Amino acid sequence: MGAISALLLTKEKWPEFLGKISGKQLFAPKRQGDRVYLAPLKEGELPDFDFQNTLVPPKALVFPQTETLYRYRLGETEMKEPAIEGEAVLLGVRPCDGRAMQLVERLFCWDVDDPYYLKRRALVTVVGLACSEPGLNCFCSSVGGGPASTEGLDLLMTDLGESFLLEPLTDKGRALLAEAGELLAEAPPEAVAQKEQIAAEAAARIKRSVDTAGIPEGLPRLWNDPLWQRHAAACLGCGTCTYLCPTCHCFDIQDEAEGTEARRLRVWDSCMFEEYTRHASGHNPRPTRRERTRNRISHKYSYYVQKFGIIACVGCGRCVNLCPVNIDLVEILRQVKEAL
Amino acid sequence: MCNGNPYLPYTATIVETWYETGGERPVKTFKVTLDDAAARESWSHRPGQCAMVGLLGVGESMFCISCSPTEGDFLRFSVMRAGKVTSALHQLEAGDKITVRGPYGNSFPLEEWEGKRILTVGGGIGQAPLRPIVEFVRANRDKYAGLTVIYGARSCGDLCFKGELEALAKEGDIECHLSVDVGEEGWPHYVGFVPSLLMEVNPSPENTIAVTCGPPIMIRFVLENLKKLGFADEQIYTTLENRMKCGLGKCGRCNAGHLYVCKDGPVFSYAVLKDVPEAFA
Repeated sequence: MGAISALLLTKEKWPEFLGKISGKQLFAPKRQGDRVYLAPLKEGELPDFDFQNTLVPPKALVFPQTETLYRYRLGETEMKEPAIEGEAVLLGVRPCDGRAMQLVERLFCWDVDDPYYLKRRALVTVVGLACSEPGLNCFCSSVGGGPASTEGLDLLMTDLGESFLLEPLTDKGRALLAEAGELLAEAPPEAVAQKEQIAAEAAARIKRSVDTAGIPEGLPRLWNDPLWQRHAAACLGCGTCTYLCPTCHCFDIQDEAEGTEARRLRVWDSCMFEEYTRHASGHNPRPTRRERTRNRISHKYSYYVQKFGIIACVGCGRCVNLCPVNIDLVEILRQVKEAL
Repeated sequence: MCNGNPYLPYTATIVETWYETGGERPVKTFKVTLDDAAARESWSHRPGQCAMVGLLGVGESMFCISCSPTEGDFLRFSVMRAGKVTSALHQLEAGDKITVRGPYGNSFPLEEWEGKRILTVGGGIGQAPLRPIVEFVRANRDKYAGLTVIYGARSCGDLCFKGELEALAKEGDIECHLSVDVGEEGWPHYVGFVPSLLMEVNPSPENTIAVTCGPPIMIRFVLENLKKLGFADEQIYTTLENRMKCGLGKCGRCNAGHLYVCKDGPVFSYAVLKDVPEAFA
């Protein structure tokens, strides 16, 4: 298709555009009560783009909360891997969540490829939706992202009011647009300028920030700092901050049987749980929430940086928004910075 | 790895089992062979490495491989009965099937140590990962300046590999010192904790590599005492254990600070670990 930089789709053609996407299941933001989820879009249904972010990050569609590794029959030794197939388009993914998928992929490719994750990731086309109105606890611009960042996305959409600006970023994104070529027009320079302005205005409205300089190297020095106890004191250990974090990727492996049909599966786990690190002997290297809180922050802001060269947090604000006792990552990091 | 999928285990058959210890938390050793001929052919492990052992319908747990490849074409796991998987494993006998995937992790740099005297300091089930070193050095005896084994447990009944270690002590070529925390009638060896026995034996740090494994509290005092004896950080190694699920550096939980025990370890030099506060947590 040559070098397309940006295309314009008027909103009246939006339903028709969605209808052109064939052979792939569509997932898009849908409202259920006061929450928005990335859910399957039925024919004729339109995505709800009036949202700040989905409750559950799109990681759940490439790294399912529960996933069969293989099936077997009790008493037998033959193990059958499930087929991983079916292409999907994730519509309306916020740029922070797109970045998160790219970040996590570093781990799933590290040293040994994780075939389950990589197969699912390859089947998915990620269509980003630039943010025009940042949420209360968004801080993407402090950790390398921005309201219109493109990492991890195949296509970036920006709502220009009367139309969408579509910027294909990968072959997958270009292929998606090729299916609806006749509905699209080349974007005039004014449209691109308008998008830049929307992104700049959104960035300027981000209220929260973290100065990360010195934190990755400095965190190990704060091992015994009282700040960990201070923040962990309120923690309920519910794990919401990790389950709904777009970069958290920890899992448990368990066996499950119904009658003689059984499977070994992996299921999301959380470093905030007591059992996560508890040895069979009863010894636990992270016996209290203090050690677990310290690990959660250190993993994202120090260990991941040492291993993969990047902070494993995209500033989506979910852990801050959703913590039932208002534990605030941004505030913890401010105090970390102060203690350094 | 099986079919290009690192999560898919091999099936293996238990060929022999025996109890190392009795008591509330007995240790049972399983000698196993992989069922698939091609898998047996491609499998190679080094002293210090681990494998994920599983029982379909129950689960998987990580164990160190308690034999040296120099001992033959089989694997050994010495398993203390402690949780769900180990309890189920303890019910198995020769002929039963298990699943195995691995080997995982790094290993003891035994080539690097050639020409040196090797000192192992173990406590309880912590002798299991040290045993492959002993067997490897015995099989390559001319390449090493010597071997000293210091090993203790709570009581005589808690000593793993006791028969084989006593036989070693009699061989004479290898120095073997055994201890129990609490003395009992007829016990001819040392009575006291392993770190104290280490001081009693008083090994010279010269041209020596010390490797220790045991309960976290024992490791802490052994490290302290090795330093008192003049061992440099680079001469001291240990092997860590943490709860693991994948063995592939993905599932997250086995980290000690920034180090994944399953990938960066389980074998670490003290020169690396001394700066990782979580290493001995």
